[in-house]
Amino acid sequence: MAATAVPTLVLIGHGMVGQRFLEALADRGVTERARVVVLCEEPRPAYDRVQLTSYFSGRTPEDLSLIDPDFMARHGIELHLGDPATAIDRAARTVTARSGLTVAYDTLVLATGSYPFVPPVPGADSAGCFVYRTVEDLLAIEEYAKNCRTGTVVGGGLLGLEAAGALKGLGLRTRIVEFQPRLMAVQVDEGGGSALRRTVEEMDIDVHTGVGGKEIVAGGDGAVRAMELSDGSRVETDLVIFSAGVRPRDQLARDCGLAVGERGGIVVDERCRTEDPAVYAIGECALAADGKVYGLVAPGYEMAATAAATIAGDHEAAAFTGADTSTKLKLLGVDVASFGDAHGATPGCLDVVYADSRSGVYKKLVIGADGELLGGVLVGDAESYGLLRPLTGTVPPLAPEQLVLPAGAGAPAGALGPAALPDDAVICNCHNVTKGTIRSAVSEHSCTTVPEVKKCTKAGTGCGSCVKALTTLVNDELTAGGVVVDQGLCGCFPHTRAELYEIVRTRRLTSYAELLDGHGRAEARGGDGCETCKPTVASIIASLAPTVGADGYVLDGEQSALQDTNDHFLANLQRNGSYSVVPRIPGGEITPEKLITIGEVARDFGLYTKITGGQRIDLFGARVDQLPRIWARLVDAGFESGHAYGKALRTVKSCVGQTWCRYGVQDSVRMAIDLELRYRGLRSPHKLKSAVSGCARECAEARGKDFGVIATSNGWNLYVGGNGGADPRHADLLAQDLSDAELIRLIDRFLMFYIRTADRLERTSAWLERIEGGLDHVRDVVVHDSLGLCGELESLMAAHVSAYRDEWADTLADPDRLARFVSFVNAPGAPDPAVRFVPERDQIKPDLPLLSGPTLPVRTLADAPTASGTRTLEGTATR
Amino acid sequence: MTLAVSLPTEQRPDHQEDSHWLPVCDRSALTPGRGVAALLPDGGQVALFLDRAGRPYAIDNRDPFTGAYVLSRGLTGSADGRPFVASPLLKQRFDLETGTCLDDPAVSVPVYRVREIN
Repeated sequence: MAATAVPTLVLIGHGMVGQRFLEALADRGVTERARVVVLCEEPRPAYDRVQLTSYFSGRTPEDLSLIDPDFMARHGIELHLGDPATAIDRAARTVTARSGLTVAYDTLVLATGSYPFVPPVPGADSAGCFVYRTVEDLLAIEEYAKNCRTGTVVGGGLLGLEAAGALKGLGLRTRIVEFQPRLMAVQVDEGGGSALRRTVEEMDIDVHTGVGGKEIVAGGDGAVRAMELSDGSRVETDLVIFSAGVRPRDQLARDCGLAVGERGGIVVDERCRTEDPAVYAIGECALAADGKVYGLVAPGYEMAATAAATIAGDHEAAAFTGADTSTKLKLLGVDVASFGDAHGATPGCLDVVYADSRSGVYKKLVIGADGELLGGVLVGDAESYGLLRPLTGTVPPLAPEQLVLPAGAGAPAGALGPAALPDDAVICNCHNVTKGTIRSAVSEHSCTTVPEVKKCTKAGTGCGSCVKALTTLVNDELTAGGVVVDQGLCGCFPHTRAELYEIVRTRRLTSYAELLDGHGRAEARGGDGCETCKPTVASIIASLAPTVGADGYVLDGEQSALQDTNDHFLANLQRNGSYSVVPRIPGGEITPEKLITIGEVARDFGLYTKITGGQRIDLFGARVDQLPRIWARLVDAGFESGHAYGKALRTVKSCVGQTWCRYGVQDSVRMAIDLELRYRGLRSPHKLKSAVSGCARECAEARGKDFGVIATSNGWNLYVGGNGGADPRHADLLAQDLSDAELIRLIDRFLMFYIRTADRLERTSAWLERIEGGLDHVRDVVVHDSLGLCGELESLMAAHVSAYRDEWADTLADPDRLARFVSFVNAPGAPDPAVRFVPERDQIKPDLPLLSGPTLPVRTLADAPTASGTRTLEGTATR
Repeated sequence: MTLAVSLPTEQRPDHQEDSHWLPVCDRSALTPGRGVAALLPDGGQVALFLDRAGRPYAIDNRDPFTGAYVLSRGLTGSADGRPFVASPLLKQRFDLETGTCLDDPAVSVPVYRVREIN
């Protein structure tokens, strides 16, 4: 077949590298000029294989997807799923797929990846033997494991440890068998391997090193029963996962006569081209120009970019001559990092080692003959990775032994900061951003905050491990540029909200005036404060009320003057000066009787009703003077304040869960009600939303919430930091398979830690992204109690729960408190003539033209009733 | 002690000097830092405030940015020694002594004189 008028490009393989290659082609406009055909063996398009294991912590295959739903259509790419290429005819320039489809190509790109290496032991094809590579593998393992008690992973490398963690999570007694004398032999040295081993064994995973599998023993039904090891021993096991490394998938290339390496891999040049100029190979199937096969995704991405550039005719673009294989990972909760010459292969190099077996920390630096840092291994504490890796190749500013000592153990604080790095040091490894680029983002592109620099340079938006160094660099650069970084809350206080919280808590302050006069900026002391700090301090005092001895009722005394109007009237101000009312409907569950009450109240007061996104009902169009009478009816019927007006817990949404739904695995409604009643009335830096889903289908949209709970067959998974709104963010998994009590205890801690440390009006999503160490730090604090704070956080929440009272019931019970609910101080019974409504779709809406007009319909003092009780504008009903 | 506001000239009945001041409410009806609204004889509305030192202020209750009669429900504060109220709707600040909007000097609200009478 001859090439057609429009050239055709065929891509074989649609994994991570294949997809990145397609994106690079599209960016360069190639997809507009050429027909692009993709043959993909798996039944689903490219997904994040690096995060594969997160499937077991609740991420769905859809979550793992790497492509926008309309990517292929938008760029006119023909994607054939489940149809792998079976033959290449280089003479005819055609590719044939399993379905029989034959496509003629002008350019062919191989991105076939790797296949898992299964050692040639007898019985390896028994039922219950798996590999760990694709989503389909995981689905099969999950299904098979339901009937298993024990599992064995063959291979103690990176993937093997992940697979072991997955089996452990599935409830199997788990064992790792590694042929090498240590775990993660490629990345870490002997010392690092033993530190890692101790930590893994503490997780109740058995580790056998220095032995291989000799035979898989199957029962009469063909299913795995046991495994015989090379040392003659035998272990019982119901399931085996082979994770003994991968091999390049180069069979197609071999079959069509392309050169491959001795140990596999399609031979390519620096432009990722094979010996046939029409054929390219990228990613794990390629043997790069430096003679290496790269099994990491970052080098694969670089090859994708190089190949796309070359195909687009851009020969100036970077060639692929090799890549940095430094890695930092968290495996089974343990930090593991290696960089540079981790094994000390350079002649004349010497090691500096720090090891603390008690805490599972092992650090080794490899130092060259002239004192330069050549590489290193960090296990158990990889905090310094972000600083050490960029120093590779240079003589560090500190003695090497000081670089490996733990903070506070003799290492001079701050002596080794990002300031010590050269400008060409790479700070963000994920996006290859240098220190110089970050500095110029501040000095030349006028970025003044870390989020701006992240947006401008992409630094810190990958794994996030460099955010700490990034923050230091940005602040240093701002300071150097003469910009004073004022962290103060407002013109009145030089402190952040978190600092004010600590001042109020430790000094047990209950008065704003006292706080302002004692801790405010000099020029603000004795003044009236401002609209920023007053509600912030009111919220802090309310959050801490039971602990510092303040009145929990937010509308008495000085507290009353600090509240935004919504809190002041316990209702939500709308654009024409009227208010809306939201009674609490815990979990969205409501009886017919209560629904009828809401309907009757709305009808009698002529209110506009709308169902909210949080599964409750909003009643709009109430005047200030109507609020007490509306609430008297609602409280009588058993309703209480929904705190829709406050920076506080709003709702806990739920799906119907196990009780009704055929898919449900837990009682999500009951849990949602329990949570809503527990945290109702909790004042926080911003509003808090939550939801509970009864199964992984997630109908309650819990991952869009500040704290979301999703049922599993073993309990509950807790996700935090989700957000809808203008800046949507999926919540991150904090902990999984929790019991009821564990879940509540963890949420108690999480919320109180957030309230303690967040900025004013900072939702949990922004807080998680800002706080040093991010989600890992929050997990350390609230799950592992790294700061020893958990007891205190729990008792703060216990105090809140026991001190809760319904604000509306309290208000109605006190005539003094009710006195404020008038439109006019000099005519308490007079309705506000500016609050008027016009009909729309059988309900009311604000009469806005009335407000823009020069004069109002006159209701003068002479005809205003002076006694309360007029109902002329209250609606049509008379009851 | 009663707080009274001074009406614009055209609203004074017979232009009499002693009806120049309209009594509005007892001082104790106000909380420092918090406002109240009062209805005027012509149907207009005035927002009254007390600052921390107990000084009273009165400005028109209409928020010129939205048209809503809500300024009495804003939070007060002081900036560079000047007292202000921030509209509860879109948070623009108005000087309580001059009525000028601190965030947009082209906009202002009417100011009423206010004093205590027995």
